[in-house]
Amino acid sequence: MAHADTVIEVRNLSTRFGEQVVHAGLDLEVRRGEIFALIGGSGSGKSTLLREMILLHRPDAGSIAVLGADLQSLDAARTQALRLRIGVMFQHGGLFGSLDVRENVGLPLREHSALPEASIDEIAAWKIALAGLEPEAGNRYPAELSGGMLKRASLARALALDPELLFLDEPTAGLDPVSAAGVDQLVLRLRKLYGLTVVMITHDLDLLWQVADRVAVLGQGRVQGIGSMAELSRREQPDIRQYFDGPRGRAAAWKPK
Amino acid sequence: MNSPSVAPAALAQPAPGELALSGCWTVLGTGAIERQFAALAVPARAGIVVDGAGVERLDTVGVWLLHALLRRLRAQGHAVSLQGWDPRFAGLLELLERPPDAAPSQPPVPGTLERIGRAAVTAFEEAFALFSFIGETAAALAASLARPARIRWRPILHNIRSAGVDALPIIGLLSFLMGVVIAYQAADQLRQFGANIFVADLVGLSMLREFAPLMTAIIVAGRSGSAYAAQIGTMSVTEEIDAMRTLGIAPLEVLVLPKVLALLVVLPLLTFFADVLGVFGGMVMARAQLGVGFEDFLDRFTKAVSVTAYAIGIGKAPVFALIIVLVGCFQGFRTRGGADSVGRHTTRSVVQAIFLVIVADALFSVLFSVLDL
Repeated sequence: MAHADTVIEVRNLSTRFGEQVVHAGLDLEVRRGEIFALIGGSGSGKSTLLREMILLHRPDAGSIAVLGADLQSLDAARTQALRLRIGVMFQHGGLFGSLDVRENVGLPLREHSALPEASIDEIAAWKIALAGLEPEAGNRYPAELSGGMLKRASLARALALDPELLFLDEPTAGLDPVSAAGVDQLVLRLRKLYGLTVVMITHDLDLLWQVADRVAVLGQGRVQGIGSMAELSRREQPDIRQYFDGPRGRAAAWKPK
Repeated sequence: MNSPSVAPAALAQPAPGELALSGCWTVLGTGAIERQFAALAVPARAGIVVDGAGVERLDTVGVWLLHALLRRLRAQGHAVSLQGWDPRFAGLLELLERPPDAAPSQPPVPGTLERIGRAAVTAFEEAFALFSFIGETAAALAASLARPARIRWRPILHNIRSAGVDALPIIGLLSFLMGVVIAYQAADQLRQFGANIFVADLVGLSMLREFAPLMTAIIVAGRSGSAYAAQIGTMSVTEEIDAMRTLGIAPLEVLVLPKVLALLVVLPLLTFFADVLGVFGGMVMARAQLGVGFEDFLDRFTKAVSVTAYAIGIGKAPVFALIIVLVGCFQGFRTRGGADSVGRHTTRSVVQAIFLVIVADALFSVLFSVLDL
């Protein structure tokens, strides 16, 4: 292992869908306790990379190690153990439509812990409150929630088992600026609370400037650049420049951190 | 690197006024620790020190349990203090300052009378919506027939193939077996009276008048009615129906009318096909069990079974077709929410369609007996 504090290590990763090459020798490291963002244009392979890190897709070649476990050589039991140590918030929530929010958040606890039913309900209600939702939201079904509430509920479920590593897929996509700012604060607060490592995909420039410690720009199957937004803003490659030039990029950069 | 093994959370009482916690106070480590809380015997009105020096790991579930423990001790009147906790847990222990809310508010459980009332209102509301839907479809159909250029032929042909041609094998096989079963059941009785030849009357009349239209309608309701509900239901969940409306395309015209017109054509044809195969099944069985040859059977069949019996059977088919399409599409449009709702409404469409088909068939029987047909 390259570094004692490395939580995710991707080496020489290759992924293909038929003729289409998604990753061609991609290398990446995520360190413990940081908020790491993946950015890149459509089709640059960030979603595929995320799916590979959370054991939903197998790469064609190369290696990925998550929390010290090499994903290529995991048996079923160790895969399961690893899954309990990571939390995932999907872009569209992935909440179960037949369960209300409290049942959704309590489901992992019910499956994997020996806690009594009543305690699980109370813990779930508490987690819902920690994610910044009203207590009444626990009784609602996902179809009855607004976009921002859906994201918070799905974050509460991702945190149900107190994971060491949290993956966020577009945490602010489709949210109004006020709710999006709320998510920024929530991610920072949870990191402080749990000592989490966060890996996220986002196109939200505010989130990138305000929250992310390091950002990797994906393009042409590789990492084009990696570093803090301030460091990246001094690079010259056109793939990276497009995030800083243009009115939106400049406006986001000027906000005080 | 392996994930470190989980040492279960433990609770000890080295001195009457001291609790020592150890192990992993985490979601996977705590297990049944909560039950130990009740068994704690602490001297009354004493200060208690909760020592966390032995705790290896702590997470929010552990904090929640600790909170439950402190709450219990404080409720008994003890002054509680924490000591010896690792500074890396400071952030989590801060959560104790902002205790979780008390038990979440549960919505009140409705009483029996209220539930009956709500169910009745829902049933009336659904019946009213169904009639509205039938009305809207009839209006759309009339508008469409007034301007035949607007009729969409391609989806009609597609529906004729999927609901009709593709259903031929299953309907043929089941009708044939139905004919076999009827002839087999009749064989014993008829043989006792030496009335073997009347098997043609029995098979012919029961197949043509009742079983062929009913069987066909039930199979089509299961095959196509459910598909209509699932298709339209999925489209309303994914906002495709709303998109259609905003684009100025009437969903009824695109999604419902082609199915109505297609099934109106297809179901009588399928019923005819079931007639033929059912009677053929009866013939095969009559020859095997009763010694009635094909020629004798058909000779008797033409005399015993009037054209009226055939027309009655075929005439029911368009009514059944309307029931199947309207119920299927109606349930599809009623779908709200998510994947779960699609499944529920699809099931409901099949159950309601079959129920209504059988009710309609019974009404037909009453009508025909009044008309003496």
